[in-house]
Amino acid sequence: MTKLLILIVVVLGILAVAQLARVYELTSKLRGKREEEIFDADNRMNATLMWLFPIAYFGFFLWLVMAYGDKMLPVAASTQGVDTDALMNFNWWILIITFIVTNILLFYFAGKYVFSKDRRAYWQPHNNKLELAWTIAPAAVLAVIIIFGLNTWQNITAPALPDAMSMELYAKQFDWTARYPGNDGMLGATDYRVISGENPLGIVTEATINKRLEEISLEKADTEKELGGLIADSRREELEHRLGYLDRIAARIVNLRMVMAQDIKTKGAASAYLHGADDVVTKDFMLPKGRETNILIRSRDIIHSAYIPHLRIQMNAVPGMTTSMKVTPTITTDSMRTIAEVMQQVDEINAIRAGKGQSPYVFDYLLLCNKICGAAHYNMQMTLTVTTASEFDAWLAEANKKPFEPASTNAEQPAAADGGIAAMPVNGNDSSTN
Amino acid sequence: MGAHAHAANAGHAAGHHEHHHHEESFVSKWVFSQDHKMIGKQFLVTAIFMAWVAVIMSLIFRLQLAWPNEGFAFTNFFLGDKWAPGGVLDPNMYLALVTIHGTIMVFFVLTGGLSGTFANLLIPLQVGARDMASGFINMLSYWFFLLSSVIMLASLFVEGGPASAGWTIYPPLSALPKAIPGSGTGMTLWLVSMTFFIASSLMGGLNYVVTILNLRTKGMKMTRMPLTMWAIFLTAVLGILSFPVLLSAALLLLLDRTLNTSFYLSDIHLAGEALEQTGGSPVLFQHLFWFLGHPEVYIVLLPALGITSEIISTNARKPIFGYRAMIGSILAIGFLSFIVWGHHMFVTGMNPFLGSVFVATTLLIAIPSAVKVFNYITTLWKGNIIFTPAMLFSIGLVATFIAGGLTGIILADSALDIAVHDTYFVVAHFHIVMGMSAIFGMFAGIYHWFPKMYGKMMNTKLGYAHFWVTFICAFGVFFPMHFIGLAGAPRRYYSYTEFPMFDSVVDLNIVVTVFAIIGALAQVLFTYNFFYSIYRGPKAVQNPWKSNTLEWTTPVEHIHGNWPGPIPTVHRWPYDYSKPGKTEDWVSQITPLDPGEEEH
Repeated sequence: MTKLLILIVVVLGILAVAQLARVYELTSKLRGKREEEIFDADNRMNATLMWLFPIAYFGFFLWLVMAYGDKMLPVAASTQGVDTDALMNFNWWILIITFIVTNILLFYFAGKYVFSKDRRAYWQPHNNKLELAWTIAPAAVLAVIIIFGLNTWQNITAPALPDAMSMELYAKQFDWTARYPGNDGMLGATDYRVISGENPLGIVTEATINKRLEEISLEKADTEKELGGLIADSRREELEHRLGYLDRIAARIVNLRMVMAQDIKTKGAASAYLHGADDVVTKDFMLPKGRETNILIRSRDIIHSAYIPHLRIQMNAVPGMTTSMKVTPTITTDSMRTIAEVMQQVDEINAIRAGKGQSPYVFDYLLLCNKICGAAHYNMQMTLTVTTASEFDAWLAEANKKPFEPASTNAEQPAAADGGIAAMPVNGNDSSTN
Repeated sequence: MGAHAHAANAGHAAGHHEHHHHEESFVSKWVFSQDHKMIGKQFLVTAIFMAWVAVIMSLIFRLQLAWPNEGFAFTNFFLGDKWAPGGVLDPNMYLALVTIHGTIMVFFVLTGGLSGTFANLLIPLQVGARDMASGFINMLSYWFFLLSSVIMLASLFVEGGPASAGWTIYPPLSALPKAIPGSGTGMTLWLVSMTFFIASSLMGGLNYVVTILNLRTKGMKMTRMPLTMWAIFLTAVLGILSFPVLLSAALLLLLDRTLNTSFYLSDIHLAGEALEQTGGSPVLFQHLFWFLGHPEVYIVLLPALGITSEIISTNARKPIFGYRAMIGSILAIGFLSFIVWGHHMFVTGMNPFLGSVFVATTLLIAIPSAVKVFNYITTLWKGNIIFTPAMLFSIGLVATFIAGGLTGIILADSALDIAVHDTYFVVAHFHIVMGMSAIFGMFAGIYHWFPKMYGKMMNTKLGYAHFWVTFICAFGVFFPMHFIGLAGAPRRYYSYTEFPMFDSVVDLNIVVTVFAIIGALAQVLFTYNFFYSIYRGPKAVQNPWKSNTLEWTTPVEHIHGNWPGPIPTVHRWPYDYSKPGKTEDWVSQITPLDPGEEEH
């Protein structure tokens, strides 16, 4: 109700201003002044405001920098991010100088050359030298920006080192899952048709294919049973439709099995289909400090985007394709928590949270979803932990004890039996067959 | 060409239009009008209504962003208990609001509203024609626009809500009703609405191009056209070349949605079920969308820049500096805008080399843009500036164009884009450079040509109040967003308080929202001034701003065919302000050159 009152007051206020303006209009009419003739006083007032505005404008900018400058993202925590920040700072210098100079010129001239009956504007339709100068000057500056920018871009997007570990981030509405290679050092092949409750990432192995086919034939049997009974026409249509769907999906999975067999036959131990069973599927997102990691990104349903602001990296997760980004973290989570800049930010946040009675904040890297994906998009995040390389190795060794398919169920597979595979080069580039 | 057109035009008009003038019924004058001036006004009033819908939407989601999860009677009033139980905005509705806010602002206000109004009003008046090349197609263009507006508004009321996949409607989110409630009927209506919109835009665009090329009066060489005409001409060309691509993208999406085709879909597992579509690519849609989407930015911006060029020159009482350079930059911007679309897709996994090409082409656009800014500033230098509200908004446009254009350099640099892509930094950038600049251009145009449209004057004092409050609020709203973005906050988040990372910057959202509310209230002043002045404003004189262009040689009262007698012949460019040797500080385009006088 108070809000409604406020609204009414505001609207009335506006109407009052409008009426005042009308009164003004009427008085000027009485004085024989036409609406389109701008009073000298009005011209001068606007000219003065043209000079005052940049003071407020730059003042606001300055206030934002002072009050919030230290709340921006702290130091970049990856080699790629350090490159990005250097480029960013270089650009900022150019942009802020241009911003200030052009605005000063604009508002200074606007305020200075206010109309006077005794003066005429300077006749100057063009000046080729001047125009050439300010075509060439931005062109030169932009050339530098482009060259510096492309250089950084190439460094960031160049293929990962051949010996870099590949791990996977898997997105779906509305969470992330990580996958790490098992002892064989390779990620296994995946296919969205074998996704099930126990196989959320759709890793393809003989066992997951069989399991999925089994599930489908069970559902088919149930459906056929129901079709045999007395049911409404609409339900019958629905079930027949379902049956057709199940047949087609089953046929595709059978086809997948043939593709898999062929791939294993031609590539032998290098076939990605032999490397899924020992993969580690986990909700822990870990990265080693100082080692280049190739992050492969997939999506189950719609486009998401893997954004890790502190590392300055981002890549979309697109259904139907595997995208990738490489990253070399330079600061572990623990070290980050002890950096003065970060500690200050955490203290500020905790002061705010204490005021609201919320639990205290401890710094963590976050993986955020940065592509609109539905109602819970705003909370689709995952904690990233960066550790030292040795801690990471220890963690991965421990995680490897709980592979995607425990050894007992895939003992018949050569992947687990063949000790030679562990010596395979660690390479993720051909690990996915999508 | 000019002489030819003139002869044909004059002959056409002589008896024909005069003859019909008195027979107009109410319907053919006010509703199914084929008169370009009336069609322009119809576009404008429709756009003002649509703008208010979009503004109210933005206020609703700004309230949620400033005070997350709090109930507001305002929110509940507009959305009811279904989408705002207890006045708390539903997260799905939040996405729907940002989607439709963007759609309406970009397409219905800044494309249909801006081009539709000023292209229709000004083209025949400024090039010296009796009307558009085809009055009938022009009328259809408006009615398709109105129809698409109605369909878009109707989509707000369907079960599941309107389209919610963002104004860029990326599939698969927009293709699969199971992915989000807004991808049901709401999305279908969005696509149908846009189909009509594109048809409207194409009919308008073809008319604009044909009229400008063929119906110029005698003496109106291309190089004597006002910059408004050049800007609108290029805008129409961009629209004709790029909107069909969006239409094809939309049609393919409709097929994916209705006939289970897989243009954009592959390997999707949704709601516990593997979809059968394989082989398509969601990235294909992005290429098609942005092939329109980027030229669209200039479709929005160029008319505003054209309008401003005209107004700044008129009110600085000084020729626009570097007329040919201005034309050159319009052409350069138009050309480059077709080869930069990939800069929206740096993080889609595109080939890094291809990314490099888009970086270079995108940053090149900064050169003609810089030339334009410098030319505006130089036009003000040693001018004799009259601060009409239109002039204020034009200077405002230059300021927003500078502020927003500069941050574009960051976003065009692919390596930097990775760090700020889809964050609030982007929201700040495009709202300032595209939203504010274009809307300032539109306001400038409305204040400047209101006497031409309605034969009345708008109130100047209210115009001043409107400008200064809007100008200050524009920066108050969008400047802090750069900082929220640089703190790493993604856009399109319903709230930023689910995890603590942004706790120390979210209070900026309150600053933004307060400015947004004040800024919106200032638009009440404008709307009041606009509608009041139509009926009660003081009567306008024929050429209130002492302007050189042809539209001010037509009578104040609108007549079919624009000029009562023959169409005047043009003898000079439109920017002879304060020319040495002239007694007045303006010389109309129809004044012949004095013996020995150089054109400019």
